[in-house]
Amino acid sequence: MAKHHVTTTVNREPVELLCDPSATLLDVLRDELGLIGSKEGCGSGDCGACSVLMDGRLVCACLVLAAEATGHEITTIEGIADGNKLHTLQQQFLEDAALQCGICTPGFIVAAKALLDRNPDPTETEVRFWLAGNLCRCTGYDKIVRAVMNAAAKMREEAVHG
Amino acid sequence: MATVILQTEFARRYTGGQTRLTVAATDYSALIETLEARFPGFEESLQGGMAVAIDGEIYQSPLLEKIGAESEVHFLPPIGGG
Amino acid sequence: MGNEQDALNLVNEQVEYKWVGTRPIRPDGADKVTGRATFGADIDLPGMLTGVVIRSPHAHARIISIDTSAAAALPGVLGIVTGADLPELPNEIAAGGEAPINFRSVSENAIARRKALYDGHAVAAVAATSVEIAHEAAALIKVNYEVLPHVINVLDAMAEDAPVLHDDLITKGLEPAPTKASNIAGKVEFAMGDIEKGFAESDVIIERSYTTEAVHQGYIEPHAVVASVAADGMVNIWCSSQGQFMVREFCAKLLGMDIGRIRVTPAEIGGGFGGKTTVYLEPLAVVLAQKSGRPVRMVMTRGEVMRATGPTSGTHVHVKLGAKRDGTFVAGEMVLKYQAGAYPGSPAFLGGMTGFSCYELPNAKAVCWDVVSNRPKCAAYRAPGAPMASFGVESAIDELAQTLGMDPLELRLKNAAKEGTATIYGPKFLKIGYLETLLAAKAHPHWSAPLGPNQGRGIASGFWFNVGGPSSASVHVNEDGSVSVVTGNPDIGGSRASMAIMAAEVLGMDLSKVKPLIGDTGQIAYSFLTGGSRVTFATGMAVCDAAKDVVRQLRTRAAKMWKVTPEDVEWRDGSAFCTKVEEGKERAPLTLAAIAHGAARTGGPISGNVSINAAGAGPGFGTHICDVEVDPETGATRVIRYTAIQDVGRAIHPSYVEGQLQGGAVQGIGWALNEEYVYDANGRLQNTGFLDYRMPVASDLPMIDTVLVEVPNPGHPYGVRGVGEVPIVPPLAAVANAVSHAVGLRLTSLPISPPKLLAAIDGAKAAG
Repeated sequence: MAKHHVTTTVNREPVELLCDPSATLLDVLRDELGLIGSKEGCGSGDCGACSVLMDGRLVCACLVLAAEATGHEITTIEGIADGNKLHTLQQQFLEDAALQCGICTPGFIVAAKALLDRNPDPTETEVRFWLAGNLCRCTGYDKIVRAVMNAAAKMREEAVHG
Repeated sequence: MATVILQTEFARRYTGGQTRLTVAATDYSALIETLEARFPGFEESLQGGMAVAIDGEIYQSPLLEKIGAESEVHFLPPIGGG
Repeated sequence: MGNEQDALNLVNEQVEYKWVGTRPIRPDGADKVTGRATFGADIDLPGMLTGVVIRSPHAHARIISIDTSAAAALPGVLGIVTGADLPELPNEIAAGGEAPINFRSVSENAIARRKALYDGHAVAAVAATSVEIAHEAAALIKVNYEVLPHVINVLDAMAEDAPVLHDDLITKGLEPAPTKASNIAGKVEFAMGDIEKGFAESDVIIERSYTTEAVHQGYIEPHAVVASVAADGMVNIWCSSQGQFMVREFCAKLLGMDIGRIRVTPAEIGGGFGGKTTVYLEPLAVVLAQKSGRPVRMVMTRGEVMRATGPTSGTHVHVKLGAKRDGTFVAGEMVLKYQAGAYPGSPAFLGGMTGFSCYELPNAKAVCWDVVSNRPKCAAYRAPGAPMASFGVESAIDELAQTLGMDPLELRLKNAAKEGTATIYGPKFLKIGYLETLLAAKAHPHWSAPLGPNQGRGIASGFWFNVGGPSSASVHVNEDGSVSVVTGNPDIGGSRASMAIMAAEVLGMDLSKVKPLIGDTGQIAYSFLTGGSRVTFATGMAVCDAAKDVVRQLRTRAAKMWKVTPEDVEWRDGSAFCTKVEEGKERAPLTLAAIAHGAARTGGPISGNVSINAAGAGPGFGTHICDVEVDPETGATRVIRYTAIQDVGRAIHPSYVEGQLQGGAVQGIGWALNEEYVYDANGRLQNTGFLDYRMPVASDLPMIDTVLVEVPNPGHPYGVRGVGEVPIVPPLAAVANAVSHAVGLRLTSLPISPPKLLAAIDGAKAAG
């Protein structure tokens, strides 16, 4: 089968590759680009472990064809930190022990970033409904929701005081 | 003399129904030797991997665990977990 | 009350530590929040092939033939495996790690031989140069099946005329032994006292049957493995599992290899909950790697995970509970029928051993039936077997409290097991903290908070033995005085953090200078798997012992440097202090770094290596309070408040201990309200994805409040009790009791899904 030519931007870097027309964005991120932080938990958009941002919009990379990435900006978990300086959300997940096994963590952090980019001061209910597309089987969500709320508070503080 | 207490079902099969036995032994291994002598086949019955409780403490692979004069000994299935 | 007084004496035993009980950032955290941590499916080797499994579409079928010729001829296909490629193993219970295992069953479950026994049973696998070619090849493998009648449910499977799965399965535990094969694999009984006398003396008897459905562990990471075989036959396996030593041993058994020819490197594990305590893909990947001469990666889809791995048993549990008018329990009886799946080995016996164990019950009996049917072979799931039995018993206790007009918490307090209470499985409890959890529940504001319309509150308790077993640890002092702690247990929920904390505490050193690592099977001595809530307890004990040995060596080295005896050296706060006073000799304390730096001169590197078989795992008890609100129009139930209380012995890292309680509670809530395996008339699983197998999501839940009660376990240096199993035991009944109070009807069948609850409400209305 003829390969499809994809030109896109991943984590602010230009990317050009050839892929099978049926390849998902997740396949390409993981297998072609070595960005293994996006995980496949279901392949059907139900678990959110492959959450990435497409032009700032939260999507499941398993439900997007790689071909559809052409001309768009993709942000994965690998693009959330600034070099080795963790994003406030990442730091807060660590401080609040918001992960156990860690398989769902990249997806939650990407999804939470998409939320806070839109709504810097979400209520607990808003956090819970926004994250309802991300499954975690270890934590019961308590510490994840707290970490997102706490990170939001710190980011609001940072925004005010620089 | 230590007291060995067996589940009824186990006793029916291996000790002719006796559920409470008194045994003079100072460690687990000696206890099993004594029971085997008294009830041939007893030792084999534990081959499925039975655990032992000595005075409330559970040992999953017992051999030389100490047994006191007043000790209570129970056999139970091995316990795993999730 | 006497019981309350006893309890207060126990909880006063508090000791302050420098690191134990603090909440540092976990050592593996940064990799896990940046996507760098390497899980099973993330491993990538040069020249790696993709392996896929061909699975039975039938619930029960004889495999007449498998024609692989067309697939083998496809360019890019480099290996095919069928059941014929694995050795036939004897049908016997063999020692396996610590638990006895029938490896023939494990082998046949990994790849079917004469019969496929459930929808999703592996029958062949193929390795190819691309995933597309592998799938194309899989479609070309022709399996000729003779479809047989099937049986799915436990009571149907026990019927006289049920289709029989195994023609050589003779029920164990019956006298005389049956002469005919059946689906009843075994019966086990536990008993104490005289239940007939007990029930005769009872003023009130509650008797009901309770049912639960099969539920999956639901880890988010599907099973994944990479296998590579060198030209000399040496096997390397990288995979996500609860134990690299388990994978090594099981693969050796299933493939007829020496353990020494297999090396297993543990990947990070994306959840297990008991479901990754056996092998599925691993032996197939090894055979494919042997045949192709190339590394092979196999990763399950979610559908494969649901159809062919896990779950835990669906059950039918009959409970009879008798009490005096003042609430004193007199007699209890349970008959437990558990689905084992396609091969024997349900946790029915563990249900029988745990169901009544929270209570003083002088007369008790549990009859446990292990039953096979055309479902995937069940795997361990957090406190295996206990939640279902506990659901029955704790529901019956709630109903007994209603009948007697007593507070259900007071009824539990009155009958609570404590030190010296005899268990149905024999031994008497040593030091336990069940009462303390009840007292904490009583004191918690949740217990007395007001409820609104359509709301109800439930309480339930749970018990798990906890286990120890073989564990190894190495503590290496590096040249600069930093320390590496190597253990052999995959870190599922933050155990690296607890290993580092315990080592730093023993050594009296800065926690940031302790690096915990997880060794492969060639780097550390045998350790039993991560499961049964054993790692912080047993492996933690090995770490403490290894660190203590290092302290002993450090004192000896300091003594050499000072030319005194080790008895003259005291170790505290990470430094050696000389206690010998000699005229004109100033001996400034020697730091760990100073001793490490000069280690070559005092005898070489400093390292402690310890292997133990840990006994003394203190039993765990928990009590949960749950508030629900039911929508009477739809039958939908919402958990609006939840408090999980547990005796944790001592929390090494309290955040991760709380996390265990919260996660276990939510898994139990899912079990109670949503989750179930649904089969069609042909025995095919209907809900193989997360959309239809509905696990709780963030918007379903409130915060899960936790109370860590600390009644230190005398069997561990820091008082640790295992904590992971217990929290899944109480929620089933806590939720069901809450719903029962909200709607004024006793719910005895899980899950309490909206249609089921609505039917019950409507039925009660119709009955007037």
